[in-house]
Amino acid sequence: MTESMLGLVDVEVRYGNIRALKGISFEVGAGEIVALLGANGAGKTTTQKTISGMLRPSAGSITYEGSRIDGIPAHELIGLGICHVPEGRHVFPRMTVAENLEMGAFRFKRVDRTDLEHVLGLFPRLQERYRQVAGTLSGGEQQMLAIGRALMGKPRLLLLDEPSMGLAPLVVQQIFDIVRQINTAGVTVLLVEQNAAQALALANRGYVLETGEIVLTGTGPDLLADDRVRAAYLGEEIAS
Amino acid sequence: MTQFFDYLILGLTRGSMYALIALGYTLVYGVLQLINFAHSEVFMSGAFGSYIIVHLMVGKGPGTATWEVPFVFIVGVLSGAITAAIIAWLLERVAYRPLRRRGAPKLAFLISAIGASFFLSTLASKLFNSQTSNQFPAFFRNTVLFSIDGAHVRSLELIIIVSALGMMFFLDRLVNTTKLGRSIRAVSEDAPTAALMGINIDKTISRTFVIGGLLGGAAGFLFGLNYDFGFNMGFVPGVKAFAAAVLGGIGNIRGAMLGGLLLGVVENLVNLVPGFNTAWTDVVAFLVLVLVLMFRPTGLLGERLGRAA
Repeated sequence: MTESMLGLVDVEVRYGNIRALKGISFEVGAGEIVALLGANGAGKTTTQKTISGMLRPSAGSITYEGSRIDGIPAHELIGLGICHVPEGRHVFPRMTVAENLEMGAFRFKRVDRTDLEHVLGLFPRLQERYRQVAGTLSGGEQQMLAIGRALMGKPRLLLLDEPSMGLAPLVVQQIFDIVRQINTAGVTVLLVEQNAAQALALANRGYVLETGEIVLTGTGPDLLADDRVRAAYLGEEIAS
Repeated sequence: MTQFFDYLILGLTRGSMYALIALGYTLVYGVLQLINFAHSEVFMSGAFGSYIIVHLMVGKGPGTATWEVPFVFIVGVLSGAITAAIIAWLLERVAYRPLRRRGAPKLAFLISAIGASFFLSTLASKLFNSQTSNQFPAFFRNTVLFSIDGAHVRSLELIIIVSALGMMFFLDRLVNTTKLGRSIRAVSEDAPTAALMGINIDKTISRTFVIGGLLGGAAGFLFGLNYDFGFNMGFVPGVKAFAAAVLGGIGNIRGAMLGGLLLGVVENLVNLVPGFNTAWTDVVAFLVLVLVLMFRPTGLLGERLGRAA
C-alpha cells in the first residue's frame, strides 16, 4: 500500500439504539481502488455515508490526507476533494443532464470546460442526452450521469456506492472499465459492491463487512479465493 | 362585455396578489415539504412595514408631488418586501430550524406554524391598536388610465398587475438561471444529494424563506394600497394563496403563478353568472380547488406529490 489517503479508526455509527458500525478500522492508500464487500445491511453504505459527512460517527476517527474530517458536514467535505456517488444514483430528476453536470461543479465559481469535455468523452451517451431531463434516462445512463457529476467536482477520493445495482452486465462492464480509467488518471476509489467477483477483479484490495464489522481483508485475488467470500457472493451466510 | 372586463381586471388584480403570496408557500414547500402556515402573517407584516415607512415619507399623503409618487411607490414595495423577508427569516430560525435539528415529526412543524401565526397577528394587533381598517396615505390619485370596452382600468390596478408580473418574471429567471436558483431546485429535488454537491442546506432554506418573504411582503404593500388592512388581513388572502399554490401544483413555481391568477379571475368572473354575487366569491374559489383536485390530485402543473424516488 502506498501513502495512506483515508484512514478510519474504530468508527462507530448508530441509528438510534442500533449500532450500524461497531468500530471499524481500515485504510485506503492514495491511488488505490479499494472494495468494501458484504451482504445487505452489513454497513457498506453507512460506511460511505459516514466518510462523505452524510452521517456522523458516534465514536472513532476519520483521517483524510493527514487531518481529521469526522464531524465536518457533507457540503464542506466536497471542498476537500471527496466526491460521493450515492447508492441509487440520485441524479436530480427534473434537471437536464447538462444541469446535473453543472451541479457537480457547484463548489467552483464556474464550470471547468476541460472537465466537462473529459466527462462527455468518458460517457458519450451523456453528450447525446445533454438537453434531456435526467429523470427520463435509463438506469445505466443515470449511473453514468451520477459518476460524471461527481467527476465535475474534481475528486481526489471517489466514493462509489453500488454502481452496478440494477444494471445489465454489459453496462456494468462499461462502467467498471471507466472506473478503472478514472483511477488510472489519479483518482483514489472506494467502491462498495455486492457484486464481489467484479469488484475484486477491479480493486487492489478489499474488505469484507458483516453486521457492522470487518471480518476479512486482503488483496483482490486472495479474497476471491477465500471460501467465505465465495459463500458470501453466492448469497449464503458467511460462517463467522 | 363591460362587466366582463371589469371583473377580469379585478380578478387579475387580486389574482396577481394571490400569486405572489402563493409563491412563498410553494417555494418553502419545495425545500422543506412543509406548509408554512405562518406565511399569511409574513404577508401582513409587509403591509405594516411599508405602511410605517410610507407614512414617514408622505405623512397623510396630500401634497406629494407627482414626481415623488413613483419614488414613494418603489420605497413602499421595498420596505414591505424587506420587513416581510426579515420576519420570514426569523420565522425559519425560531419556529422551524430547531425542530429540524431534532428531527421532529411533521405535526410538530404544523403546530409551530400555527403558534407563530397567532403570535405574529396578535403582536401586530397590539402594536397597531387592534385597528382593522388602516389605510395607506393617499399619496397618489387613482385615476382612470384607459378603458377597455367601457371597463375602466385604474392606475392602481395596472401598477399592481404589472409589478406583480414583473416580480414573477424576475423570480422565474432567478430560479432557472442563477446559482442560487439552482441550489434551491437541487434542495427541493433531493436535499441529501444537494449537500454532496457542496450546497449548504440550512443556508438554502433560509434564503428560500427570505425570497418567499420578499414576494409576500411586496404583495402586502400592494394589498394595503388597494384595501383597508389590519392585523387580521393575512387570513383570507393567505388561505386563498395556499389554495392557489395547491391548485397550480404545490412545489411548482410556475404552478403557483398560474394558480393565483386563475383563482383570482375565476372567483370574480363568477359574478357574471346570473344568481351569483360577490357573496359567492370565496365559495367558488374553494369549489374550483376541490374540482381541480378531484381530477388532477397533483394540481394543474404538479407532476407528483412528495419527492422523487
